[in-house]
Amino acid sequence: MHLGGLRCNSTTVTLGTDVATTHDAKRISRVLWVDRFLTFIRLAFVVVIAVGLFAFIAQQIDPQNPLARWLNPDATGLTAPQFKGLLVTGLAQGAMYGLIALGYSMVYGVLGFINFAHGEVFMAGAMSGMITSNKLADAGLWEDAFLFCLAFVVITSILISTAVAVIMERIAYRPLRGAPRLIPLITSIGVSFFLQNVSVVLLGPGAKSYPSLPTWLSQKRSLLGFEIEGTKLVVLLTAAVSMAGLWFLVERTKTGKAMRAVAEDKEIAALMGIDVNRTIVTTFAVGGAMAGVAGILWGILFRSVIHTTGFLPGIKAFSAAVVGGIGNLGGAMAGGLSLGAAEATAPLVLLEPLGVDGVSQLRDAVAFAVLIFVLLVRPSGLFGERLSEDDRA
Amino acid sequence: MNNPAVPLLELRDVNTHYGAVHILKDVDLAIYPGELVCLLGGNASGKSTTLKTLLGMVTPTTGEVVLDGEVVTHQSTSYRVERGATMVPENRRLFKRLSVRENLELGAYLRTDRDGIANDLERIFELFPRVKERINQKSGTLSGGEQQMVAMGRALMSNPRVLLMDEPSMGLAPALVQANFELIQQIHEEGVAIFMVEQNANMALSIADRGWVLQTGRVVLDDSAEALLANPDLRASYLGEAGQG
Repeated sequence: MHLGGLRCNSTTVTLGTDVATTHDAKRISRVLWVDRFLTFIRLAFVVVIAVGLFAFIAQQIDPQNPLARWLNPDATGLTAPQFKGLLVTGLAQGAMYGLIALGYSMVYGVLGFINFAHGEVFMAGAMSGMITSNKLADAGLWEDAFLFCLAFVVITSILISTAVAVIMERIAYRPLRGAPRLIPLITSIGVSFFLQNVSVVLLGPGAKSYPSLPTWLSQKRSLLGFEIEGTKLVVLLTAAVSMAGLWFLVERTKTGKAMRAVAEDKEIAALMGIDVNRTIVTTFAVGGAMAGVAGILWGILFRSVIHTTGFLPGIKAFSAAVVGGIGNLGGAMAGGLSLGAAEATAPLVLLEPLGVDGVSQLRDAVAFAVLIFVLLVRPSGLFGERLSEDDRA
Repeated sequence: MNNPAVPLLELRDVNTHYGAVHILKDVDLAIYPGELVCLLGGNASGKSTTLKTLLGMVTPTTGEVVLDGEVVTHQSTSYRVERGATMVPENRRLFKRLSVRENLELGAYLRTDRDGIANDLERIFELFPRVKERINQKSGTLSGGEQQMVAMGRALMSNPRVLLMDEPSMGLAPALVQANFELIQQIHEEGVAIFMVEQNANMALSIADRGWVLQTGRVVLDDSAEALLANPDLRASYLGEAGQG
């Protein structure tokens, strides 16, 4: 109030001679207000995290300590094995988010828009995996030759997801090349609904399940002091292999070099003799293949798919891509892993000692809180480069 | 090996439009093997469009583009690059996030002769020893002069017979402009025909054999470099009063 008064005084002196001063003063004061509000939110985040961690540590040292009692009488505390279990679960899901995030990040890198239908490419992979794995189970192969079946299911789902991604690019996005970026963005939301409805028409609206996994797979085994379920081990390994393959493709092959060149400057890439359209199709195909693998990982982790399966993991993977720095492939994977780890552990580590009710249902809230926090503190993401003026358009 | 009487790259009676705007008007020009020629002109005279038309980034409304005796008016840019024409773009336009080596390798994207590519890389290291020192660095971290070398090296990696250069001295420190023109001469002496678009008319004409002057899309002067340097109209409009010739 006082500051505002001062500013009014200073402008009344020049009123009539320099109108621009009044405008400038107004703009500056509005920026300050927004800045203060954002700083408040940033601080609130930091305070929640700090107090939550403090309460957590206090609770670990003495479960009966008065602070823990006062904040949350029902808090049970978290043992080390429980924490490790949560962490592994989070990392396994995070690896899946990371694989989906790669598709968002690659398409953004090359075309500069967010393909919101990418979650449905993932859903298509999960659906095709459901069909093939059930067929294999009917044939009695699923239990006996599980790893062979898994490889077969992964390959078919890669093919289906890649096909969906490539057809989507050809029909929905290529005609819009050169249009303002908002247009393909809106189109991608339409494509997303379209693919969900295609799934309902072809496979029906109910949830469909994967055949149960062989018991030897779901057993826990110890590794590096962690008790890891075999399924999560398979998920983490598959994600690691896919990521290594992708890294090799992008960094070490001529196709990858062409992809990076097209992402940076299409006109000059064409001058080098690179077929820009084919490179864009390759980008969609590779992103689709990664989403296909992620679809199978979803099937292994949750054993149930429905036509809306792609929505929440898709949005979370998009968050992961932004958290890691959109356009950056290592960042997408790191963003996925950290988002997965955060949403699995944060409710019990940070929120329960703070006395929040029903923490186990807050994982989605935590995931998006991580997104907001990263955007507030480091808008370009953990590993992102600052966007140029051109990129921000 | 080339018949000097047959032009390497030629525009025949070319008209180009951007929408309703008539950019190039009846442009005729020919570049012969081993020549160093320059195209002069002010802003918006159609210089860049001429380059883009030669390389197929713009398709003319009427007229023909001829590369080594073959009409390539409707062929893609990469088709023309494969047949020996390439360009050093304005402001260099390196792939800044890629290493110097990767930039050079992309210049040879369409080539499959591994030995030839390795030879050309060595040739570029001899021509620009600085490029060799910086080979594993991200090209965005290089200085303007070094970027210019990489841009020229990248163009040479396609093993061109004619090299188009769009404003090679633009954005370079004044001290580097002279060195840059010496490099262009050096590349020319290796037998590559050079077609240069320049604002720095004095400097360009001092190393060129012939030149054209473009004004609002029309070729208004077509003469030897000496004659152009001596031309009173050109001295007045481009070389400035103090043009030292």
